[in-house]
Amino acid sequence: MNYTQPPMGLIAELTHRCPLQCAYCSNPIALDPPLGELTTADWMRVLDQAAALGILQVHFSGGEPMARADLVQLVAHASSAGLYTNIITSGVLLSDAAMSDLLHARIDHIQLSFQDALLAEGDRFGGYRGGHARKLEAARRIREAGLPLTANFVVHRQNVGRVEAMIALGEALQAERIEIAHVQYYGWALLNRSALLPSREQLEATNKVVTTARTRLAGRIAIDYVVPDYYAARPKACMGGWGKRFINISPSGKALPCHAAETLTDLAFPSVRDMSLKDIWTDSEAFRRFRGTEWMPAPCRSCDRREIDWGGCRCQALALAGDATATDPACAQSPDHALMAEAVAAAVDAPLDLVPRRMRRVADA
Amino acid sequence: MIGESRVPRFRRGVRFRYDQIRRAWVLLAPEKLYMPDEVAVEILKLVDGERSIALIADDLASRFDAPRELIVRDTAAALEDLSLRGALEL
Repeated sequence: MNYTQPPMGLIAELTHRCPLQCAYCSNPIALDPPLGELTTADWMRVLDQAAALGILQVHFSGGEPMARADLVQLVAHASSAGLYTNIITSGVLLSDAAMSDLLHARIDHIQLSFQDALLAEGDRFGGYRGGHARKLEAARRIREAGLPLTANFVVHRQNVGRVEAMIALGEALQAERIEIAHVQYYGWALLNRSALLPSREQLEATNKVVTTARTRLAGRIAIDYVVPDYYAARPKACMGGWGKRFINISPSGKALPCHAAETLTDLAFPSVRDMSLKDIWTDSEAFRRFRGTEWMPAPCRSCDRREIDWGGCRCQALALAGDATATDPACAQSPDHALMAEAVAAAVDAPLDLVPRRMRRVADA
Repeated sequence: MIGESRVPRFRRGVRFRYDQIRRAWVLLAPEKLYMPDEVAVEILKLVDGERSIALIADDLASRFDAPRELIVRDTAAALEDLSLRGALEL
């Protein structure tokens, strides 16, 4: 099947380096080493190809994208190519000078992550002393620069009781958007799942808090809310469908349909060092493998939601059911759906210890 | 329905532009992207932070064959929807 529909977004994972060590990071356990990262010239070529292919927005991500010395240069290059530029950052490196340089490079938007509403807890989950205070400074700089701000809060069993305070913090920081995102269980987060999965009661309480806040803030602050798959009856449309909207480029240049796709070791992912984005998008086996509906097993193939959720998440099917071509276990129609309830049950009395995300893998936990 | 004296404006970080590759207007917002339909495109082209909903509807009524009352209602509804999504201020 050959898609002529161009992709919408490019996720540029500039580096896996990050000063923070969040145990719920969805980066792969095997992080790309700094020496293998794409060069500035490589990224500029990719950005030009992205604009030519019809990509509209570029999301500079990581790791911590501000750990790359050439971030400002890349933002300027993307802006000149007509791309809408977004940075997804922890904010701890966003100094006055960096803010000013990014403004000159015509950055469109910054998403700033928080680990908690409370300073001590935020620093603990981020594994970075002084990090929360720096984030508050970063938020102030973003607002003073006149840029829109998204405050992102990742929530899990150990901080989910403070969602109301997180929303209040987002309001106080004058965010345009607030994201309350339950942890998605890939990479490091999957490794730490038992210490992070909320209970059903916690999830339902959070749903209520978010619904109330949405009504109160309607028209002023938009709240995006992402729930965990583990209590769902239907899977999420992962990345809006495989090879349908996004191209994710890893720090070393692998082109991936989603940022966790390298766990699908049966697929050979093309590198932007060897292939153009256009050829990757239209011709590569990796992007065609789960595109559309033809690859689907029963019961997805005949499901009336097949073009709504696009079969859910392939990485989750592999990680939980052991088969990337299986129905996403998040779906109640999946023969493996009981795995979700088992994971929830296993988390109930599990210890809260977390394995921090680090570049050199610690001994298997 | 919101009043027709309201003045819509794009929020910070929102760009409404023509995409040569898709040959379509696109609305780019923080981590959101909308492909407005033909009616919404005509409305959004008139959003400049100065014109009220009433003035936008007047302009549309002079060019399209529909009762002004209906145009006001459709315009207000489309703009309110985008305001709730965070793309516009009203």
